[in-house]
Amino acid sequence: MTNMAEDLKATHLTDAAPSPSAAPSAEDRRRTDRKRSPREAKKRTANIVIYGVLVVLVVALMVPFIWMLSSSLKENNQVLTVPIQWIPQEFVWSNYTDIWTRIPMMGYLQNSLYLAVIITCLQVLTGSLAAYGFSKVRFPGRDVLFLAYIGTIAVPWQAYMVPQYIMMQNLGLTNSFNALILLQAFGAFGVFLMRQYYMTIPDELCEAARIDGLSEYGIWARVILPLSKPALASLALLTFVNTWNDYMGPFIYLTSNRLWTVQLGLRSFVGQFDAEYAMIMTGSVISVIPILIIFLIGQRYFIQGIATSGMKG
Amino acid sequence: MTTETIPQAPAPVQSRGNRKQARRNTLIGWTFILPNFLGFLAFTLIPVVAAFALSFMEWTSFSAPKWIGLANFERMFASDSFWIALRNTVVYALGHVPLTMALALLLAMLLNRKLKGIGFFRVAIFFPYITSLVAVAVVWNMLFSPDSGPINQFLGAIGIANPPGWTSSSDWAMPAVIITSVWRDMGYYMVLYLAGLQAIPTELYEAAEVDGASAWQRFWNVTIPSLRPTTFFVVVMLTVSSFKVFDLIVVMTNGGPGRSTTVLSQLIYQEGIGEGKFGYSSAISLVLFIIVLTVTVLQFKIQQRRER
Repeated sequence: MTNMAEDLKATHLTDAAPSPSAAPSAEDRRRTDRKRSPREAKKRTANIVIYGVLVVLVVALMVPFIWMLSSSLKENNQVLTVPIQWIPQEFVWSNYTDIWTRIPMMGYLQNSLYLAVIITCLQVLTGSLAAYGFSKVRFPGRDVLFLAYIGTIAVPWQAYMVPQYIMMQNLGLTNSFNALILLQAFGAFGVFLMRQYYMTIPDELCEAARIDGLSEYGIWARVILPLSKPALASLALLTFVNTWNDYMGPFIYLTSNRLWTVQLGLRSFVGQFDAEYAMIMTGSVISVIPILIIFLIGQRYFIQGIATSGMKG
Repeated sequence: MTTETIPQAPAPVQSRGNRKQARRNTLIGWTFILPNFLGFLAFTLIPVVAAFALSFMEWTSFSAPKWIGLANFERMFASDSFWIALRNTVVYALGHVPLTMALALLLAMLLNRKLKGIGFFRVAIFFPYITSLVAVAVVWNMLFSPDSGPINQFLGAIGIANPPGWTSSSDWAMPAVIITSVWRDMGYYMVLYLAGLQAIPTELYEAAEVDGASAWQRFWNVTIPSLRPTTFFVVVMLTVSSFKVFDLIVVMTNGGPGRSTTVLSQLIYQEGIGEGKFGYSSAISLVLFIIVLTVTVLQFKIQQRRER
């Protein structure tokens, strides 16, 4: 755990946080150790207290995850026991091998992955193109159009899900991945997030590239895209995770079992076998692991994405 | 040959070259926007406009659309289910908004310091927000299990003789949903508050300390006023998301027991997609939209008055 803390520290909130340059060098530390003033001693105790509070707090907040993991390695009748067993008496690793035959978990994972990858690629591509049009090319009507984009972000999705559904029904696209791809790949949010970032790139750069004879498409591909890697990463990660976790979209549109995503499969498993506590938790762990991996790799971009779309809006 | 010539050239007589340039820019701009705009127009903008129109129409999966004026709204205001769903949504918002806000601010203040490994704590607290909702709902349902669930065992251990039935009781199902959603969302708002806290100049705190302000006074007179823009944003986002609550409830309680946790979004789904009453369900969604809009505008006005 401490090891992980070290790793994450290097990348945490690098943009927003004050620089950690205040951390004393090894030599400084040795010096202060020798002649520790009462004030520093007090600060040291305060830090230990804060660490204590934080550890207790984080452990308390992580209880659902701890419970999930521990239950996934138990027999069903060991899950809800009095008193609680935080560590399984014997580890039932077979849950993790049995689940693949109990439900078509592999198919669910493939469906989720397929949807998440396609939607993310389309969203990032069309979002960054549109954002370039909205931030770096001037033409009449541009700002009104952008206002329409912003306006729909404010309309709750539930308010227009029925017309969307009727439309998809008429197009014969219900019960297909295409419905979800069409509905989710052209979101206004992606355009908004990318535009916020492009606004921070100085226009002079595009200007210089224009004088050098690059076309607008050339500027987008060779100047803006390389500069906006962090924003592209934020948008890609946020879209991927949102699609992976989405429940309502697949719930409304995907009716046949072979199209189900992990979320739908897990929910239906819970509905059918509500006493299979351990296996349900095994499924939950499997559904969370991809998100955990992606989050650990790109957590900096998640937090930047939130700060960009949130605070500068 | 710049794009800047267009706004800078309001001269009455535009040269031919300029106009040509403007036309070219328009063309180029649209080619960039078009791939996204086509999808956006077809699957967001048109449905939004259609939702408005549909709320004044009678249209079911068995009949052709027909203009009926305000009849949908009359039916809605006379219906029990609508008022129950509205009440439940408001109760959810009244629990979710203040609790999430207070805990997010508290966490942000606790985590806003330079300590070795602080990043780990921030990341850990943020993680529930991006965990899949089904997993969250399923785990919390088990934690809330009335007889031998960990939460009631804990309550029993601290001397509460008759712990609540949570998701199996119509009085306690909503609190259970609220607790779960606060746990899930507070990490996200903590990140927003952290960014807000880090934007406060340290000189303000130093000056207050020189003036002999206590920690509480510094919090009340420096931190809170400086965070006002962040708080405004957080409150708007939280309120809007509370009124939209949908999937958590569908997965956790599916509106039950009885109708004790049915919310507006769920009613729209049931009436519109479940029973095919397209017109009637659109009327409910219009009400949802108006509520969200009013809350946003109201908070915006309050914020503006404070700034003056």
